[in-house]
Amino acid sequence: MSSQLQRHIHDTLADPRLQQAIYTATGRLKDARLAVIADNVLPDYQELRTQANLLKQHAIDHLDYYLEEFQRNVEAHGGTVTYCRDGPEVADFVLSLAKQRGAGLIVKSKSMTTEEIDLNERLGHHGLESVETDLGEYILQLAHERPYHIVAPALHKTRYDVAQILTEKLHAPHDIVIENQTALARSVLRQKFLAADIGISGANFLVADSGAIVLVENEGNARLTTSAPKIHIAVAGIEKVIPRAQDLAVFLKLLARSATGQLLSVYTSFLSGPRRADEIDGPDEFHVVLLDNGRTRLLPNPERRQSLYCIRCGACLNTCPVYRKIGGHSFPWVYSGPIGAIITPQFLGAGHEPGLPFASSLCGACAEVCPVKIDIPKVLLDLRSEVASVKTGRLEKLAFRVFAWLARHPRAYAIGGRLAASLARSGDGAWIRRVPALLNIGPIRAWLSQRDLPPPPPRSFRQLWRQR
Amino acid sequence: MAREEILHRVRTALGRTGAQAPPPPPPVRLRIPEIGLEARVASFTTRLEALAGRVCRAALAQDAGALVSRELGNRVAVASNAPYLQECGITGLPNVSSGVASRDRLRELCASADVGITSADYVLADTGTLVLLSSPQEARLVSLLPPAHIAVVPSDRILTGLDQLFALLPDPAVSTSSMVLITGPSRTADIEQVLVRGVHGPGQILVVLTG
Repeated sequence: MSSQLQRHIHDTLADPRLQQAIYTATGRLKDARLAVIADNVLPDYQELRTQANLLKQHAIDHLDYYLEEFQRNVEAHGGTVTYCRDGPEVADFVLSLAKQRGAGLIVKSKSMTTEEIDLNERLGHHGLESVETDLGEYILQLAHERPYHIVAPALHKTRYDVAQILTEKLHAPHDIVIENQTALARSVLRQKFLAADIGISGANFLVADSGAIVLVENEGNARLTTSAPKIHIAVAGIEKVIPRAQDLAVFLKLLARSATGQLLSVYTSFLSGPRRADEIDGPDEFHVVLLDNGRTRLLPNPERRQSLYCIRCGACLNTCPVYRKIGGHSFPWVYSGPIGAIITPQFLGAGHEPGLPFASSLCGACAEVCPVKIDIPKVLLDLRSEVASVKTGRLEKLAFRVFAWLARHPRAYAIGGRLAASLARSGDGAWIRRVPALLNIGPIRAWLSQRDLPPPPPRSFRQLWRQR
Repeated sequence: MAREEILHRVRTALGRTGAQAPPPPPPVRLRIPEIGLEARVASFTTRLEALAGRVCRAALAQDAGALVSRELGNRVAVASNAPYLQECGITGLPNVSSGVASRDRLRELCASADVGITSADYVLADTGTLVLLSSPQEARLVSLLPPAHIAVVPSDRILTGLDQLFALLPDPAVSTSSMVLITGPSRTADIEQVLVRGVHGPGQILVVLTG
């Protein structure tokens, strides 16, 4: 684990306000999800998950076919499709289009894919202003921070933080009323929408048989981004393609429920091509950018391929005992939580953050809530074995050798158990931190400093078994 | 070219060749329950009201017109070109602009109006959703820019839900560049999970069901 990752984790654990914010927000989202997948609300929830999994598996296993079908149909409706290998290529595409059309202002709706490639910064370096319009993303853009959570990007910000940001950056009067803060953002951004030349969105789904993109949102900023400016550019990962529009009946039922506990998000937009000749409004140009950026790297391995099924609902973050303690910024990249732990090392390549697949208790809660049934713990284990095959600490190797020896020698194991039990006399759970000073050094100390362990019962299982 | 390189990487990784058609995808899964009209109306009403939207019934088209007129009071409205709004007598109301075919003019009107009035192509009972297909009759901005949205819809356009919608429209792109599903007023909970309505889209929504 890198020292930067460790520092973020320690800072988050030591901040009671932040701990409370993460715990409350993820807890609410978690409960909201449970309420709308209940048997009496959605009796076929498990069937839908299975169908979603099969559809994603089919689409990814034949990805080239569906991408080509998608492109044909986008073009048939008058749109364009451009493939990009990485962030710089996406920025080049946008910049050259902006230059050709004389565009100066861009409005953006929320997109993890554009966060992934730092699109705003790249465009900003070339003098092109790109404004985030989702309320949470707008606040983070003003504060120069990256999203804390896939669905609730500004989860870590309080109304007091927001008041300070708005005062500093917009010179607005200090106001801690959330309704007023929202109204201020609305009025500032409304002017941007009406003045913008280009709207950039992401895409929740790419529909192959219609040549359409689907956007799911609650605020209306994605609708404005794709309706008001004359040019619409959608940036999406290549893995977002699904075979048919009719499959949306499955995915849409799962996405909003898993993300925010809504039956449907407020706005679901199904967009295909620029406005038709007789339509009154809508963009004159419709461009889809298909991004690789490391995605093809994880296709060869059938086990890891399932990481690409993700529909970015964030349910695994809300349920993850690790995310709920260490928060989003402890993760080294824009994708956090269990899904971040599996896609970050795969997208960015080995060696980026070898500690990441180990930042999990493998409890399996993420797999249980995943609407497309990604077996995240299995992928984590696979990634761990890759890291371990390259480099394992000497200390760790020694520890496992000692354990292996103990497990093969029942007498020694029993003595060890009694020794451990005798250390636990005080019985307050903190006993594990009172290990002899000789051992309490280096990585052991770091490991022990954040942990409690309930004391063992007075008699061991083996003793009870003998007396049975 | 990035396209060829990425598709090549995909094919190599998946062990596929360019000409290979895939086996058929898993069969389409659409379940459409039999639910009577009144039950659909009741479900739609419950769902939309739970989201702080409002639902009114009107027996006849002209009743709907009178209802909308009362609802508007002296607020300024812009109406879409849906023929049904004309039938209801809404387009003829003094404070309602309609019949706009120019994009720039429509944008100006929508940006300054208090209320946007549309019809809807369909309504989904099990989620409280309006379905609007962009067309010469329905522009996108009427249901988006004004702070309030009124939709007047004949109740026989109420479908059971998403499954029936996609059974009727297997490919919406055939008829429109934009289909939007609207489920309640615009909302956000981005600051401290506190719900605020009307962040970018309309904060108020009223659906008048006729018949």
